[in-house]
Amino acid sequence: MLKTRIIPCLDVADGRVVKGVNFVDLIDAGDPVESARAYDAAGADELCFLDIHATHENRGTMYDLATRTAEQCFMPLTIGGGVRTVDDVRDLLLAGADKVSFNSAAVADPDVVARAADRFGSQCIVVAIDAKTVAPGKWEIFTHGGRKPTGIDAVEFARTVVAKGAGEILLTSMDRDGTRAGFNLPLTRAIADAVPVPVIASGGVGTLDHLVEGVIEGHASAVLAASIFHFGDFTIAEAKAHMVAAGIPMRLS
Amino acid sequence: MTTVLIDYDSGNLHSAEKAFQRMAREGGHDPVIVTNRPADVAKATRIVLPGDGAFPACRRGLAAIDGLEEAIIDAVERRAVPFLGICVGMQMLATWGREYEDVRGFDWVGGQITRITPDDPSLKVPHMGWNDLIIDRPHPVLDGIQTGDHAYFVHSYHMQVADPADLLAHVDYGGPVTAIVARGNVVGTQFHPEKSQSAGLRLIANFLGWAP
Repeated sequence: MLKTRIIPCLDVADGRVVKGVNFVDLIDAGDPVESARAYDAAGADELCFLDIHATHENRGTMYDLATRTAEQCFMPLTIGGGVRTVDDVRDLLLAGADKVSFNSAAVADPDVVARAADRFGSQCIVVAIDAKTVAPGKWEIFTHGGRKPTGIDAVEFARTVVAKGAGEILLTSMDRDGTRAGFNLPLTRAIADAVPVPVIASGGVGTLDHLVEGVIEGHASAVLAASIFHFGDFTIAEAKAHMVAAGIPMRLS
Repeated sequence: MTTVLIDYDSGNLHSAEKAFQRMAREGGHDPVIVTNRPADVAKATRIVLPGDGAFPACRRGLAAIDGLEEAIIDAVERRAVPFLGICVGMQMLATWGREYEDVRGFDWVGGQITRITPDDPSLKVPHMGWNDLIIDRPHPVLDGIQTGDHAYFVHSYHMQVADPADLLAHVDYGGPVTAIVARGNVVGTQFHPEKSQSAGLRLIANFLGWAP
């Protein structure tokens, strides 16, 4: 049986973890590679690095991180942030990423998703959707860290990018991100039910029950969280045990 | 005396390279090189063929490199070199691929590649993530790997083997999905051993020491 995945996400800037990971005794909590190794050992199912102010100039740092992580962690690694072109995807895959995530670039030009999927296969193309509630049961895509409305319906956009070849959707509720109030479940469910590919729920996790809700009520295939793990509130093992107790199949070995 | 990991521009070989090199080093096996040169394949004592994306594209990618396919076929069929196919590299072992169009495989393991059709409509395709292996028959590459061990899958198509004796392991995803096949000196995994943590590394180590 396929297991629900728990994916810790590390925000990275200039090659350093933005919020230090303190759930284990790391020599250098700001080193993404060391944090990745710790999560690997802790039983995370995948890892995600998000380059939060990617620029052309600091791109090399991310490639180096991908390479060093892939050398040491034999688990899937997704990298996002500032990915604009098919060449960006290629460079990250060659550096060691297993999946690459488009965000604003897919909003500006959904065909970039098709070009990348045609070239490398849908299995490695993720589209990150940042959405905000604009009316009950209605969600709109926002870009630029949630500051810029686009007028694009989130559910329609999800269908569009999946039709173009996205193999997975990383869905962040901008209403909930950072609030610790739980996932936006109606949004998560609307998109998970609208597309045939896996949806990763993100934004708002504060308790282990939130992870359970994302799967049971939100229909997510995977849950992404940052601070509850980084700050040591819960371990990956505690999260998995809690989800198993709620009847969700998880990988425990 | 080298294990060659074949690079035909089909995705990310970095983690596969590192995983095979690490297990080769730890087990004292032949060095692992990444190559697309037919001359390297002709001298190889072990071959690993990865593959990501669509079957026809991978097949064409392989055919596009002059002499590479011939060198692989010669090594596997005439010299009986141990061969491991991963993901689409595994699917190419079959007689036919049926993704988008009908394309011939190497026909080393009789069967065809068809779309996964879970009997539960809520199950997503692609089948992406960790699934627990159900071992169907023992094999040296499965040494120390048991039913219940998890492996990482990312695929929408799988192999339907013609002869059940070629099926080493499957997983349940709204019905059986082929996970590992083998015949003679050839073995293939639908999942990514280089992404499957301990069970995957174990399989890689077993393959590097396998003398069929």
